[in-house]
Amino acid sequence: MTTFIGISLQAVLLTLLPPLLLGIINKTKAGFVGRRGPPVLQVYYDLLRLVKKNVVISSTTTWVFLAAPLVSVASVVLAGLMVPLGPTAAPIHFKGDLIMFAYLLALGRFFTTLAALDTGSSFEGMGAARELTFACFSEPALFLALLVLVKLSGALSLSAMLLPASHVRIGSTASAALVLIAVSLFVVLLAETSRIPVDDPNTHLELTMIHEVMVLDNSGPLLGAQIYASSVKLLILAAFLLHVVLPLKPALVGRDWGLMLVGLVAVAGIIGAVESLMARLQMRFVPTLLVAACLFSGFGFLLIL
Amino acid sequence: MSIHCHLPALIAGRAIKRQSIPELALEEFQQAIVEAVEEGWRVVSLFGSPDADGAVHLYVVLADDHGSRLYVGSTKLSNREYPSLTSRCTQVHLFERELAEQCQVKVTGHPWLKPLRFQRPIFPASHAGAVAEAWVNPSPGVMDFYEVAGAEVHEVAVGPVHAGVIEPGHFRFQCHGERIFHLEISLGYQHRGVERALLDGPNNRSIYYAQTLSGDTTIGHTTAYCQVVEALAKCQKTARAQTIRAIALELERLANHVGDLGAMSGDVGFLPTASHCGRLRGEFLNMTAALCGSRFGRGLICPGGVRFDLDATAVHGLLAKLDLCGRQTRQAVELLWNASSVMARFEEIGVVSRDIAAELGLVGPAARASGLARDARHDHPSGLFRFTHIPVSVWDSGDVFARGYLRWLEIQRSLDFIGTQLRSLPAGTISSAVGNLSPDHLAVAMVEGWRGEVCHVALTNLSGRFERYKVTDPSFHNWPGLAMAVRAGEISDFPLCNKSFSLSYCGHDL
Repeated sequence: MTTFIGISLQAVLLTLLPPLLLGIINKTKAGFVGRRGPPVLQVYYDLLRLVKKNVVISSTTTWVFLAAPLVSVASVVLAGLMVPLGPTAAPIHFKGDLIMFAYLLALGRFFTTLAALDTGSSFEGMGAARELTFACFSEPALFLALLVLVKLSGALSLSAMLLPASHVRIGSTASAALVLIAVSLFVVLLAETSRIPVDDPNTHLELTMIHEVMVLDNSGPLLGAQIYASSVKLLILAAFLLHVVLPLKPALVGRDWGLMLVGLVAVAGIIGAVESLMARLQMRFVPTLLVAACLFSGFGFLLIL
Repeated sequence: MSIHCHLPALIAGRAIKRQSIPELALEEFQQAIVEAVEEGWRVVSLFGSPDADGAVHLYVVLADDHGSRLYVGSTKLSNREYPSLTSRCTQVHLFERELAEQCQVKVTGHPWLKPLRFQRPIFPASHAGAVAEAWVNPSPGVMDFYEVAGAEVHEVAVGPVHAGVIEPGHFRFQCHGERIFHLEISLGYQHRGVERALLDGPNNRSIYYAQTLSGDTTIGHTTAYCQVVEALAKCQKTARAQTIRAIALELERLANHVGDLGAMSGDVGFLPTASHCGRLRGEFLNMTAALCGSRFGRGLICPGGVRFDLDATAVHGLLAKLDLCGRQTRQAVELLWNASSVMARFEEIGVVSRDIAAELGLVGPAARASGLARDARHDHPSGLFRFTHIPVSVWDSGDVFARGYLRWLEIQRSLDFIGTQLRSLPAGTISSAVGNLSPDHLAVAMVEGWRGEVCHVALTNLSGRFERYKVTDPSFHNWPGLAMAVRAGEISDFPLCNKSFSLSYCGHDL
């Protein structure tokens, strides 16, 4: 029964919660500069509006362009079903699912960049090139972090390795490793969800964009799908990060669900604060930041060898 | 003794008889320009004007900034043919392209002869046979762009329709990966034909054309226009009128500089300054509205003076608001200089060296940020600036930071200046009568608008009407500076460089 509740709760959170996180980020940013800001639920309204709209499709595009938003949503939701959002195991878990998780995220990115190239726009080509270049640096950071968790838990499934991660004693070498990969995962989270200092989700300047520019040609439900997909990505990476830092105990299921929800809101708040307090990096220093994330994960791994 | 030293001198805001302008032979005329520029003078204006027989006369206005004098020369072109000077004197590059376009002069030997604004000729040649169709009936943006060949070189075309709410202009980048090899800027989408419309003026419409030459420089352009008319009419303005004009000019500078600092901050994604400066810009615009009812200062300045007076309550209100907004601006802007993430984006980006700036003849904050101390308020003072001086702010690194920091320095000087002037507003009336314009004269006005030197030149005919009215917006001098600033930089830094120059499209396109 508890498993059933856990899985249902997980499915509901995964599908309904993500736009709220974007709303919280925007509200935080507004608060920092003394504005009232859009309602916390604004992203839901936006998605609803986009779904009702018609789609404009460039005549130069092929089926890839149409498929990309759908693949984005499908791959990221599927990946989300492998990450435990609370203290119970994820709906899908099997030995080696961490590899599938990482490459489902890559699949979504692959199709989005392909669709960007499909439009033939020079802006979107540049965006695709940047996205893939930076992904080359964020992927090793993620994998090194996974390696630490695998080593600590001895498991090859996300559900198995993320939950015991919470039992590490504070002050041990393993806890130091977790702190290091938490830093690395936060940078990966910012890069993967195109937030400042890597990308600026609010800019209107195509020449400076990374993710936004790739979806410039999307409209209506297709644009909605891309926005939704990136918000789901934000949720699952935030949940991933929280499992590394929060002291969850499977015995206290109710408390831990609450703790995770508060944690997700807090991560959104922290992202909002980062965006309010610092400027974007110059494009050529983004790899430097991501390499630093790789090093953090790498040193975490060295600690527990 | 060189030729340029024998040209008749005048000071900004004065008129001279056209007979006293020597008509040089073409070679002498060009020699004078080259020698003058070599000596550190600048080409402020260069334009053609046809006589009754259809022959084009060229006029040049050279500025000796250190001597605070302007020098005027002219020449007559036989058969509308003109050998280009650009390869010997870069400053005339755009002027020559403009000449080819406006007067259908056949400019030979120009290294970069392309349409400038894609405008129809103002003074078409009667025998247009020699002129290519593209120049007679041009279509904006249709021209051969400079291309770089190579396997990994790619071309990025931006505009004329941009993502933000800004004016239209086309930018063509030749890039290697993220690196810009070359940027070509193609403007003209905002061409409205102001110079043509001003011909045979002044009439009831003329001042409205001046006000809308560039909406954000309404005060600067209207002041220049009025100075030209007043110089030709030999009109003496009252001290009170000149003070109100100067206050309005500095308020315009404040609003735009504060707005630009906010926009530069927004371009690097630094929210606090972007938000606060966005709001404060509105507060400064509202102060101009308190002067005359228009946030951009339309209708404030008229030939002979100003149309709105300030009473004691208004002065008191303005002073209080100036004090408050000045303090808030300081808080908002200092956040910017104290944020290392912002400084990392501003420093050493978009560098224009002092030499390049001097060669291109940049003006305004863009020139001062590259270490060139040129400011028309100081070098060619007119109006109140003859009696009261604002220190010239200069920075020397020539990068985005310099152009930003220079604005902050100027904001502080302008705040002080406005405060002082409001406290000691001279008594008297605000306007004087303007008579008929002197026939057969040439008048030059130089006003340091917030973007740089606004230059208006008028030639009157024998009945005292404008035979030619030439407007040179600071953007006309500075657009090539932007193209040089981004060279070898990263394409993702272009929007920031562009914002740091903050040039006008309509001021260039006229």
